[in-house]
Amino acid sequence: MTDLHWLTLSEAAELLRRREASSVELTQAAFERVARLDREIHAFLTLTQERALAQARRADEMLAGGEGGPLTGVPAAIKDVICTAGVRTTAGSKILEPFVPPYDANVITLLDEAGFVMLGKTNMDEFAMGSSGENSAYGPTRNPWAPDRVPGGSSSGSAAAVAAGMAYYALGSDTGGSIRQPASLSGVVGLKPTYGRVSRYGLIAFGSSLDQIGPFTRSVQDAALVFQAIAGYDQRDSTSAEMAVPDIASALGGDLNGLRVGVPQEYFVEGMDEAVRNAVVTAINQLHSLGAEIDWEVSLPSSPHALAVYYIIAPSEASANLARYDGVKYGYAYQEGASMWENMEKTRRFGFGEEVKRRIMVGTYALSAGYYDAYYLKAQKVRTLIRREFDEAFEKYDVLVAPVSPTPAFKLGQKVSDPLQMYLSDVCTIPVNIAGLPGISVPCGFAPAEDGARLPVGLQILAKPFDEATLFRTAYAYEQAAGWWRERPAEI
Amino acid sequence: MHLSTEQVQHIARLARVEIGEEEVERFSEQLSAILDYFQRLQQVDTEGVSPTAHTLPLHNIFRDDEPEPCLEPEEVLANAPQREGDLFRVKAVLEE
Repeated sequence: MTDLHWLTLSEAAELLRRREASSVELTQAAFERVARLDREIHAFLTLTQERALAQARRADEMLAGGEGGPLTGVPAAIKDVICTAGVRTTAGSKILEPFVPPYDANVITLLDEAGFVMLGKTNMDEFAMGSSGENSAYGPTRNPWAPDRVPGGSSSGSAAAVAAGMAYYALGSDTGGSIRQPASLSGVVGLKPTYGRVSRYGLIAFGSSLDQIGPFTRSVQDAALVFQAIAGYDQRDSTSAEMAVPDIASALGGDLNGLRVGVPQEYFVEGMDEAVRNAVVTAINQLHSLGAEIDWEVSLPSSPHALAVYYIIAPSEASANLARYDGVKYGYAYQEGASMWENMEKTRRFGFGEEVKRRIMVGTYALSAGYYDAYYLKAQKVRTLIRREFDEAFEKYDVLVAPVSPTPAFKLGQKVSDPLQMYLSDVCTIPVNIAGLPGISVPCGFAPAEDGARLPVGLQILAKPFDEATLFRTAYAYEQAAGWWRERPAEI
Repeated sequence: MHLSTEQVQHIARLARVEIGEEEVERFSEQLSAILDYFQRLQQVDTEGVSPTAHTLPLHNIFRDDEPEPCLEPEEVLANAPQREGDLFRVKAVLEE
């Protein structure tokens, strides 16, 4: 048998069901692995060992009584942007360093009902603003495949925790690619559900019209299991959709005969890494050999504008959402000033990192009197065009496939001084958030680095809104045929 | 498009973020580059296109106006940097 820590969520759950291991054993083993690896990887910001062991004992009781479901008792990690009652939640920012939420996010409540064991809260770019994990106020996370490189971001710690065998699954959030891009760079599966599928209640807001919570796992089936546990209508999120969630995980399998696959040309961007291109093209050919019909000539001409649209809309929404951090209600507060305004402005000066301030300023400018029409309104109109082109494409194709990121994992420090260069790493994932579609990243091979490291590459699959079933069916068939999901990084 | 240091200071004031002298210069350069990048949208023909308000076909969401459980004052105030009784405490807002 493979090492316990490299099992998939489904395999670990099967051990628990057969009573060959207990949740307490899995949980203790996970903390031992964290103790051994995380000084180097830095995937976690907060560990919740006592609480996890109590949850594990409860899960073991459920399992002993023949109760529990596919997630019961399997240890997981949660991005530190998701509120956990009684457990510090920082969003990777100094401004929330002392913040202990008084309530749970809806996804946490749902996971609790499913027999949750939380190992801890994971590292991330501050307020989910970043593509490398390097914007965390608590220091960067390292890529388990190549520790001198980034794991991707903003859900850097969640991706690394799953990739390094520290957690069996993790939750992240995806506003412009923050689940799919780190999943791709870290060699794990990452899903961004359709906007409105998963309640945002208790998710610390960044771009409210774009944010979605989703899972990181080691297999497509595992992602389907976590998706089913967290998806569904929630009255406390006014953008939550009242749509039934189908039983996807138990219906996976079968070939792809007759599946219509479109390949949008615009996503194979100029300057794209050759090894990434080869891995993605090979994966698409494999879909063909599984019975899918491939159209290589699809065009989504407005997609190249998505990056500019995103960097207007997301900072605009962020500048409003982050107005709440004023040093009055919670979090870090500067208190030595002469007036309330001075305290507030200094709280935000010392509490926010540079990228967060940069985006607040961009958003404030884009929404300010005289500029609103030229920036925000224009961006929302182009957004309509982007969505319209996707809608038209999905009349002809069941899924669209593309790269996730134009490059594999880059070195720590390589892009930090040039914000626009960093923004370009999200060029293939951003249009999906702009249009509110579901998207998944599935491991599809490796790009060799000059120093011999194997850098994971992900295949991105997109489907029409609320059609996660087709997304998973395609991803599962590919994954099982290609076999990359069984690859694990060398021990650090 | 070039943002002057005065414009950067003005935006920072609107956003209620104090920025240091050393940051102003850097922000002026970086924000100008970002705004330049946005200019490409001006070439997109959006004549007659309505702006996206929402990617879902959702409209106003209503529920019955019935009280539901909410957080206790102690829970709400537990994170307050400074409090006085059941209130958040701040320095004087209005000048004398």
